[in-house]
Formats: sequence, C-alpha cells, structure tokens
Amino acid sequence: MNPFTLLPSHILAVWRRNYLVWRKLAGVSMLGNFGDPLLYLLGLGYGLGHYIGEMNSIPYMAWLASGILCSSAMNTATFEGLYSAFTRMNQQGTWESILATPVRIQEIIAGEQIWAATKSLISGTAIFIVAGLLGGIQQWDTALLALPVIFLIGLAFAGPALAICAVSPSYDFFLYYFTLAVTPMFLFCGVFYPIDTLPDFARMLAQLLPLTHAVALVRPLLTEMPLTLPWLHAGVLALYALAGFTLAARLAARRLLR
Amino acid sequence: MIDAVVSATEIRKHFGEREVICGVNFDIRPGICFGILGPNGAGKTTLMRMLTGLSPITSGDYRLFGSPVSDTSLHHRIGVVPQQDNLDPDFSVRQNLKVYAGYFGIGAAEADARIDELLEFSALTMRGNDQVSSLSGGMRRRLMVARALINNPDLIVLDEPSTGLDPQARHLIWQRLRSLKTQGKTLILTTHYMEEAAELCDELIILDHGRILTRGAPRALISEHVEAEVVAIRGLSNELDAIELCEGLSVRLDHVGDTWFCYASDARELVARCTGRLELTFIHRPASLEDVFLKLTGRDMREEG
Repeated sequence: MNPFTLLPSHILAVWRRNYLVWRKLAGVSMLGNFGDPLLYLLGLGYGLGHYIGEMNSIPYMAWLASGILCSSAMNTATFEGLYSAFTRMNQQGTWESILATPVRIQEIIAGEQIWAATKSLISGTAIFIVAGLLGGIQQWDTALLALPVIFLIGLAFAGPALAICAVSPSYDFFLYYFTLAVTPMFLFCGVFYPIDTLPDFARMLAQLLPLTHAVALVRPLLTEMPLTLPWLHAGVLALYALAGFTLAARLAARRLLR
Repeated sequence: MIDAVVSATEIRKHFGEREVICGVNFDIRPGICFGILGPNGAGKTTLMRMLTGLSPITSGDYRLFGSPVSDTSLHHRIGVVPQQDNLDPDFSVRQNLKVYAGYFGIGAAEADARIDELLEFSALTMRGNDQVSSLSGGMRRRLMVARALINNPDLIVLDEPSTGLDPQARHLIWQRLRSLKTQGKTLILTTHYMEEAAELCDELIILDHGRILTRGAPRALISEHVEAEVVAIRGLSNELDAIELCEGLSVRLDHVGDTWFCYASDARELVARCTGRLELTFIHRPASLEDVFLKLTGRDMREEG
C-alpha cells in the first residue's frame, strides 16, 4: 500500500464535508470574506487614490483592486488552513474520525487544501465583482482569467498554512505566522505599491515570496500592465502549493498516526 | 488459526525509549465479543489504535482478516467507535451518518436506506433531523455506534463504549452490542468496567504495563484466579485484627484503604464471626471479574493516562 495514494473520490469526500458545513453559514462567512477587502478598496482606493492618482500609470483603484484580490485570497486560504483546519484536527477530532475510514491522511490534507482554495475563489469572486463596479478592472477580456489564478493562489497559501497547523500546539501559535509571514507579505509584496520601490535586498527577498508572484500574475490580467513571465509566476505558486502539501501531509501523519 | 479475525504475534510498540506494548500474542475467533481489560495506561488504546491503522506497529506481526493491519483496504471491513466523541457538531444526526458514508464511497440512495436502518437500530429515528449538540450522552454514543456500522463492517472495534454513561444508557448500549453479535459480527472492546466485560465478553485478556496477564472466558478466569466467595469488611482496627478474625480459617486476605477483602471457597464461618462483632460492616458476595482484575493488576492507585 502506497502511503501517497491520492484517490479523487476520497479527496472530494473531505472537500464536500467542509462545503456542507460552509453552506449552512454561507451568508455570515461571505460577509467576513468580503467586508474587509471592500473596506480597503473604499478607504484606500478612493481615499488614498484621490491623492496618489496613478501608480505606474495605472489608476490607483485598479492598482489596489488587483493587489487586494491577491491578498484576500492569501488571507482566506491561510485562515482556513490554520484556524478552521486546527478546529477539525484538534478540537473536534474530525480528521481522526475520517482516519477510521478508507480515507488516508494525505487525502484529508489534499481535501482541506482544495477546500481552502475554494474559499479563496468564493471570496475572490465577490471582490472581483465589487472591484468591477468600483472601476478597479480595466481589461475585461483577460480579467476572468484571474479567477483560476486566485484558486491557484489559494492552494499556494493553504499548503504552508496546513503545515503550520499540523505542528501547532494551540491557536495562539498562529499569531507568529501572521506576524512573521502573512503581514510582511501583505505590506511588502506589491499589494499597495510596486516592489521596485524597495531596497535591493528587500526586493530580492520579496521575489521569493508567493504573494509577489500572485500580484505579478493577477495585476496584468486586470489592468493595462504588460504580463511578463506568467509561467514563472504560476510555477512559483504551484511550487508553494506542492511543497506545502507534502510537508503538511508528513507533519499531520506524524502528529495523528503515532 | 487460519480463520481468526485478528492475530497478533509478538507485537511491540515503542514511544521513543518507552515500550508500551511488550511482545503481545493473541488471536480472536470470528463472531465473538473480545474484551481488552486493563488499568489506565496499560496499553489498551494503543493496541486498538494499532489494529485500526492509527498507530504504526514497531515490530511483530499484527493481522486482520489475514492481511497486515497496515493494509488500508481493511478499513472497508471494520467499524471504529473511538473513546473521544468526534461526531460532527455542525451536522444533524442524519447528516453525520450521510457524510460518513461518503468517506466509504457509499452512494446517496444506498446511504439513505442504510441510515434509516441504523437510526432504527440505535433508537434514534425520532431524532434524525436534530443537531448532535441537542443529544444526550447516551444518544451520542449510540450515534457513534451507528456511524461505525455505516459500511456494514465484519468487525467493530469499541474503545470504552460506555464510559461516562448513566446505567440506563449503558444497558441500552450493551443490548445493542449483543444484538450485533447475534448478527454474526465480531466485536472487540476495551473497558475498565468489569461488569461490562462480564456482561458482554465471550473471551478477554487482562493487560497491564503492555503485557497480557491472563486470557480466558470471564467465568473461567474467576474460577481460575480467585476463590468462589468474598467477604468485604470495614471496621477492623489493623492488620493483626484482620488476621485474628480469620484465625483457623482458610482465607486469603487483601485490602484497599480501610476495607479488607477476605477470599474463601466457603465463607460461612467467617460470616458468622463477623455477625458477632457489631462494630464491623461487611458484605458477603460471590467473587467477580473485578476480584480477578484487582488480584492480577494490584490494588495500588494508578495515574491517569
């Protein structure tokens, strides 16, 4: 028996469980996913945008909308992979109950990761619509391509989040991850301003982080900016997704299958 | 034995330096209820977790239906009732079963029919659409048993199925488990309730410190290890007093705190002596599995764990 067997039907069953729970509270959940980025768009897009006007010859609202789309995909997937998955793993014993069935730990992780990316896509789509209404989308012919990219961004952030979840002693531990990883990416990976502004070493560092590549991929799809090296950016995101998955599956096995 | 449901040969489990299962051998015939008894920390749960693939074995040969326990396809043939309540709090009773059926790849129509049967079996038909949080402890446990039966398993593994339940709920669970046995299922359960083991088990092992102390049918174990009758006495001033009371009688003495247990094949004379001493309170009863358990595992207090 290969411990890395991944049966699509098993992964789907895990995904479906989370979907059914989400569906019961979809309204509240959507409001959360949707409210924060909307406030950013209104507050900074209009407020700050009024002073800034254009950034790299793109209206600031459009610049910011593509950035917020990416950062909200990051936040949604990270939150799901940390807090929600931890509740299922630790508090509710959901993963352990699933391990008594033919579904294996790596399939649970895969199901969780795809579910987290699905949530990124759900909240991303909502923001996409709002951004469109607020004038944040310049190029409608390529804009829809951003949606599958948001799903990929979700996978790229859910993987590492699940790995952190698998080694966490408690919810408090997640604060470190936010302070050390999520917040710096939010501020330094091109969401609010071009990373060219950063000093050399910080720019090089930013190039290693997934959010930089997410923004580099999504922004040209929504605006008039030229798209460069799309496969490199997609490749980096896919790498984070795969590495995160592998690590999370191993760590979760170590935690639960003692 | 070729057709044993479970066979364990020299199985061991290490957690770091600590050996928690120390070369255990046993086998389980199909269609019986097999008990694993032992104090807290004896290794009962570890033995069960290894059997259901939740804990890799360190060494030895542990087989289920003839395949090594690591064979993941075995999960289609077993049902697990864990010690910890891990029902899905976000779902109703019915949804809990339906979602669980999904993990086994059971289709919606088949699952619905099966769920009706299982709700009936667990006396939960009226509660199908209720949230699990509104159920009593006994109902939740019955739902966990129902959930473990969703894939129609040949073997059901239960870790302390009646811990924390009131007597009524406990008897209902026992009754359900007995009816599973009459359906030809094999049951394995861990417990530290001797009454539960005596009620349900055809055969059992007593485990302590990762080793099997004894094995057999409950009645046989009682006659093998302890005298037929017990007089439990309180009010004796000290050990000397206890020895004097039993002077000239063939009695084995043991004590826990201020209670003295006097084991004898015929306790009539001892009972007469006790009756004569008004300061003593005593109970005269037939020996039970609990006496076997206490004799073999010692009467000292155990730490939780």
